[in-house]
Amino acid sequence: MSQDASMPPAPPQNHFLQMALANRSFMIGLFITLIITGMALLSFVWTPYDITHLVVSDRMQGLSWAHPLGTDHLGRDILSMIMIGARNSIAVAIVAVGIGMGVGVPLGCWAAARGGVVDEVLMRFNDLVFAFPALLSAIMITAIFGPGAINAIIAIGIFNVPVFARVARAGALSIWPREFILAARAAGKNRVLITIEHILPNIVALLLVQGTIQFALGILAEAGLSYLGLGTQPPMPSWGRMLFEAQTRMMIAPHLAIFPGLAIVITVLGLNLLGDGLRDLLDPRLRRER
Amino acid sequence: MLVYLLKRIAIGLATLLVASAVVFSVLEIIPGDPALLMLGMNAEPDTLAALREQMGLNQPVFLRYLDWVSGLAVGDFGTSYTYSSPVLELIGERVMVSLPLALISLFLSTVIALPVGIFAAARRGKPADTITMGAAQVGVAIPNFWFALLLIYLFAVWLRLVPAGGFPGWDAGIWAGLKALILPAIALALPQAAILARVTRSAMLEVLGEDYIRTARAKGMPRRIVLWHHALRNALIPVLTILGLQFAFLLAGTIIIENVFYLPGLGRLVFQAITQRDLIVVEGVVMLLVATVIIVNILVDIGYAIVDPRLRTRR
Repeated sequence: MSQDASMPPAPPQNHFLQMALANRSFMIGLFITLIITGMALLSFVWTPYDITHLVVSDRMQGLSWAHPLGTDHLGRDILSMIMIGARNSIAVAIVAVGIGMGVGVPLGCWAAARGGVVDEVLMRFNDLVFAFPALLSAIMITAIFGPGAINAIIAIGIFNVPVFARVARAGALSIWPREFILAARAAGKNRVLITIEHILPNIVALLLVQGTIQFALGILAEAGLSYLGLGTQPPMPSWGRMLFEAQTRMMIAPHLAIFPGLAIVITVLGLNLLGDGLRDLLDPRLRRER
Repeated sequence: MLVYLLKRIAIGLATLLVASAVVFSVLEIIPGDPALLMLGMNAEPDTLAALREQMGLNQPVFLRYLDWVSGLAVGDFGTSYTYSSPVLELIGERVMVSLPLALISLFLSTVIALPVGIFAAARRGKPADTITMGAAQVGVAIPNFWFALLLIYLFAVWLRLVPAGGFPGWDAGIWAGLKALILPAIALALPQAAILARVTRSAMLEVLGEDYIRTARAKGMPRRIVLWHHALRNALIPVLTILGLQFAFLLAGTIIIENVFYLPGLGRLVFQAITQRDLIVVEGVVMLLVATVIIVNILVDIGYAIVDPRLRTRR
């Protein structure tokens, strides 16, 4: 009697795809994220209007067929500015997540692989960074080293490092005691090799989920810094800056404040839904009760 | 528990010390002479030298650091370069705006989030759950300063119920002060409430699956009592953790909101101090906030022990 006969059939190849299609959060999140990304990419080659071209006679117009989302105080088309703003927000958030992952994941894996003093020192250092209010420190960094998109990226990125270090360490620690790691060690592989070949592939799901969350937080942080005048600098449009400029003109033209804000909310919402969906799909152990 | 607490306090003090070194050295490397800043660009070299001497700027970095840290320890935060008044006094004035603001928003966020989270958990999978959690999902995505703008437009510009910004001071009466703080507090509270509601719901769901909940229901305990007494208490640990994090965030997170509403709070103080290179003020406020984060974390730990007696015997 073969044991195989009683085992359940292997899941079909498109199992993941089926699950993904059935996951509402994932699908809505993916849809929104694709739309926003598409809009940002499109802005490189085409926007409805040229935003460097100021048409003062058209300033602060309401919604119309010519300008679906109206115009600002310099006669620039809001829709075009939001499209280019998407590009900035996404770029800042992606690089900031990249910094966080690039530095944090190796640190976290190192801490998990070595344990002992290395682990203790790295984690205390982590706690130290966590004790600094992130937003305040980001404001300090951008104000001291000069406002601008690059410094905003660094400021946001620094605070992503301990987040990814913690997630990577926790994930790696749960993998290290497993038998296949023991087998790899018995085969004479060193810690670096084991981390790259066996640990990382097993924590990639965790990192991806945390990545989408930090991405969304990065977009919010960039908007906040730009609102204070410390992020992306004019004439480059950014969602936060648009809101700052709208504030004093809100009484006459409320639409100036509404659409950039909606852009932020929709983008962050999309990313959060995508993250929730990914968590459900990639790691059944983390699946939230529904 | 006591040993554990003492250990926590020791670690907290150590963290504070390291943080002070980090803050001091980061602000040390940036360009700008505080003495020159105080006197202006046209200052006489003699006066400048005298002031530098008086401010102790000619001393080695390490000595100045020791001087500053030992001052902090006894409550002497130094004197502001631009305001020419003691930093502690400035902080004291501003805390009277920021602390009530943070407390009111924490209160609002808790009284909204806990019932909503419990309600959603009790109706898991039903339309009420889907709708409230969908709303929470949107709430998490709303930047608080944008929500603040919308609130200003609706309640200050359109309905004219409250002032659009500024703070009359507590001397103008508690009511006038509260009126100026209510919109900023709501703007801060809503996104926090959305996060807290989600955490509360998932913590409740976890607890509701436990055996003792089924036992309580099986012996005829009314659903409401099981929910609010048995389940909530056990679900409070993750909720407390988030509350602690949120309080620290609220104190620092007021920076943007205070700028939106032109409130003379800590956030605006530190923001202006940064732009004016008034470093001693920045250092003081940052250290105060870091200390607050550490203290709140320790308080949260004590809170765990109050909520969950099993943790009292730990270590």
